[in-house]
Amino acid sequence: MVQTSIFRAKKIITMNPNQPETTHVAVRDGRILGTGTLEELAIWGDYTLDDTFHDKVLMPGLVEGHAHVMAGTLWRHVYCGYFDRLDPDGNIWHGTKTITGVIELLQVAESKLKDPYMPLTGWQLDPIYMDNKRITRDDLDQVSPKRPVGVLHASGHILNVNSKALELAGLLKLGVNHPGIPLGPDGLPTGELYGPDAMGPVSTHVGFDRASMEGDADGLRAFSKMCVRSGVTTVTDLAARLTEESVDKMLEVTELPTFPARIVPLRVFMGASAKDTIDLVLSLKDRSTDRLRLGRIKAVADGSIQGFSARMRWPGYLNGAPNGLWYTSPAQLAELYRLALANGIQVHTHTNGDEATEMVLDTFATALNEVPIVDHRFTLQHCQLADAAQFRRMKNMDMCVNLFANHHFYWGDEHYRLTVGPERANRMNACHTALEMGVPMAIHSDAPITPLGPLFTAWCAVNRLTVSGRIQGEGEKISVQDALYAITLGAAYTLHLDSEIGSIEIGKKADFAVLEHDPTDISGENLKDIKIWGTVQGGRIFEARNL
Amino acid sequence: MKNFGHGIPVTVLSGYLGAGKTTMINHLLRNANGQKLAVLVNEFGDLPIDEDLIEASDDEVISIAGGCICCSFGSDLSAALLQLDAMNRSLDHILIEASGVARPEAIMGSVGLVNGVSPDGIVILVDAETIQKAARDKYMSDTILAQLQAADLLILNKVDLVTKDQAGVISTWLASLNENAPIIPVTHSKVAPDIVLGHFIQRVYAKGAHQDVGGLSTLTLLPKHNIDVNELAQTLAKDYPNIVRAKGFATNKSGQKILIQVVGSRFDASIVSKDLPDGIVCLGLGETLRMQHFKRLFHLLKLNEASQKLEFDI
Repeated sequence: MVQTSIFRAKKIITMNPNQPETTHVAVRDGRILGTGTLEELAIWGDYTLDDTFHDKVLMPGLVEGHAHVMAGTLWRHVYCGYFDRLDPDGNIWHGTKTITGVIELLQVAESKLKDPYMPLTGWQLDPIYMDNKRITRDDLDQVSPKRPVGVLHASGHILNVNSKALELAGLLKLGVNHPGIPLGPDGLPTGELYGPDAMGPVSTHVGFDRASMEGDADGLRAFSKMCVRSGVTTVTDLAARLTEESVDKMLEVTELPTFPARIVPLRVFMGASAKDTIDLVLSLKDRSTDRLRLGRIKAVADGSIQGFSARMRWPGYLNGAPNGLWYTSPAQLAELYRLALANGIQVHTHTNGDEATEMVLDTFATALNEVPIVDHRFTLQHCQLADAAQFRRMKNMDMCVNLFANHHFYWGDEHYRLTVGPERANRMNACHTALEMGVPMAIHSDAPITPLGPLFTAWCAVNRLTVSGRIQGEGEKISVQDALYAITLGAAYTLHLDSEIGSIEIGKKADFAVLEHDPTDISGENLKDIKIWGTVQGGRIFEARNL
Repeated sequence: MKNFGHGIPVTVLSGYLGAGKTTMINHLLRNANGQKLAVLVNEFGDLPIDEDLIEASDDEVISIAGGCICCSFGSDLSAALLQLDAMNRSLDHILIEASGVARPEAIMGSVGLVNGVSPDGIVILVDAETIQKAARDKYMSDTILAQLQAADLLILNKVDLVTKDQAGVISTWLASLNENAPIIPVTHSKVAPDIVLGHFIQRVYAKGAHQDVGGLSTLTLLPKHNIDVNELAQTLAKDYPNIVRAKGFATNKSGQKILIQVVGSRFDASIVSKDLPDGIVCLGLGETLRMQHFKRLFHLLKLNEASQKLEFDI
């Protein structure tokens, strides 16, 4: 017998213009049977009325279009961030404001470890907020001289380690000659490691093993809990290697009846040819389930702006730093785009600098002329420095964009005075321009780089405040309505999932964000403070408090 | 004799798309002359190995005739190098094929961090016909120029496709970008393996060696004892673009035995514990190693010209 539940809520924001607000939603087989009044829904026959949400506000389940499962796995390590942050179990970790504080935090964690050889690992250190004070191996030797200790910076591109970690990696010696490994007055490495090349040989010794992190069951579960706490029901893992083993594991974990989120992992275009990548993704596509959506590719064109590795157009970086790095050559991207278009595979491409965006637009234009496919929805990710002309080109080629609204809050001040200067800092993550030019748009957190939380991301896009409290780029603010669209249907559209999720209307998945406040009723500056009760995913109820 | 206690020598091979890297790798594998090479490629997809050379392959390793192998390193080069070391295949040389956008000096920097291997040289392959156009490319220009500047050896490929004058113009232009790196003109990527792999020294020491690709000459320097060995190594690397490689021993002022290795513009001088006879073998192109070119060097090192050996076509 079919079971129908009708949920009554204080208010239901549907994102469906035909019925923007309502009070009841009927759910059958994990999908939405209809919205409206109880009388209107009763026409479907027998039902159970569920009053759990009588004092809550429902929204479509939020969609995070750019995050990484690593946001979950990292929580097994010590959080050393500057800002308060919610962990997967709902505990708030207070930000640590000084280097001394970070050392003390690590010392406490160290004293709790029993295995004397087990590495101790911290993450999310951001000395930008601590007068850029540098940490050395001497500092971390105070935590432990015996076990390897490492702390990853918020950017993910710098690692601090202690003497033991250097010793295990064979680097505690004279004569190390590497641009990413500064030496102290004694001629030995200081313990600061800049960039993946320098971090590589040491990171496994301090417990950062990328291979084992992917498809890690505990990490996936932690990540999914974070989704519930932030109202997210569909989330991307935007650069996965998707090995045979990790896909098997992800399928197994997401299939569990208690797994509360839909994961969309994108295979990263790195270490395999375009043809092999397409073949792999085509074969993975067929293994998709409702909660694990395979069959998309992520390419990376350049590096990061604050790392000065993004590719910039004239006049380049404010401080005169040399232009950044290409991570993938135009020729390789051209081949990938052609093959992907021909095989119906969607590609999301990371660009940070405006030259990288320009290169991708040029390369994609050529590919699209050769393989003119409609409704491809190729998406630019981050795309932080795009100008109006570039957004016009995106529109002309039916491309989508996913802008990094959170970045603007956390590092906007740095960009203003250090990396790109005021004018370009003001137009970074130009949400208003993107919408004005008609480019389908999402906004994102890039968790763990910044915290997962689409309502916070919406707040960033609506207010454009930086950490120091300045409004940066008044003209690029967007309305609350547009921001709420971006974190639901906007993000769903960039994943070709807008027919299934993103709004509360008949036939779609019964995915809801359950809120304590009404985001359309409180003013835009309070969006980030909305309390989240939990989610409904595929008709299953997940209360954040009882995960 | 092999590595004198050093790690397996690693050459980073780079060059933009179409420069002829794949052809060159196959050429080196075909002419390895008993040397066991490991080729590390960025990706397996566009496999650089000719099919007739492949003996067996699995997901991790491709076995090649003559004990050579090919592996892919994906995104983690240091892990791949450690893995090679762990395989214990008594390799003679590792060749890393870098991607067209890579910064070869950064890759070499990473090589320097891995135990069991040691940086040998950065070899950049250049297509004589297209390099100047490529170096003006809207997006790739600075990347290509940086690669040329990072080279210890510049292999100027496809010289048969340009006129002699054009080749001269390109060589002058290359020298203006990187004055220390020897420029080696070749056709069809057929560079003498000795230039890239540097195993000529074993043959010179073994005497009666056989040369597979002609056109090379060697000069053996017999330095006096107690000289400034660092200065000698630096001079060979920086002041003599005709010397594409040099390797051998000298005794420094403290009486220590030093191994000198020069690859184009790169040099290394490090203490070795073995007591081997002094002597440094220099490798040059054709007849470019003429005595008169080295007068300044002999003078600098207070060497007697008559005591030096000059051999052609070793």
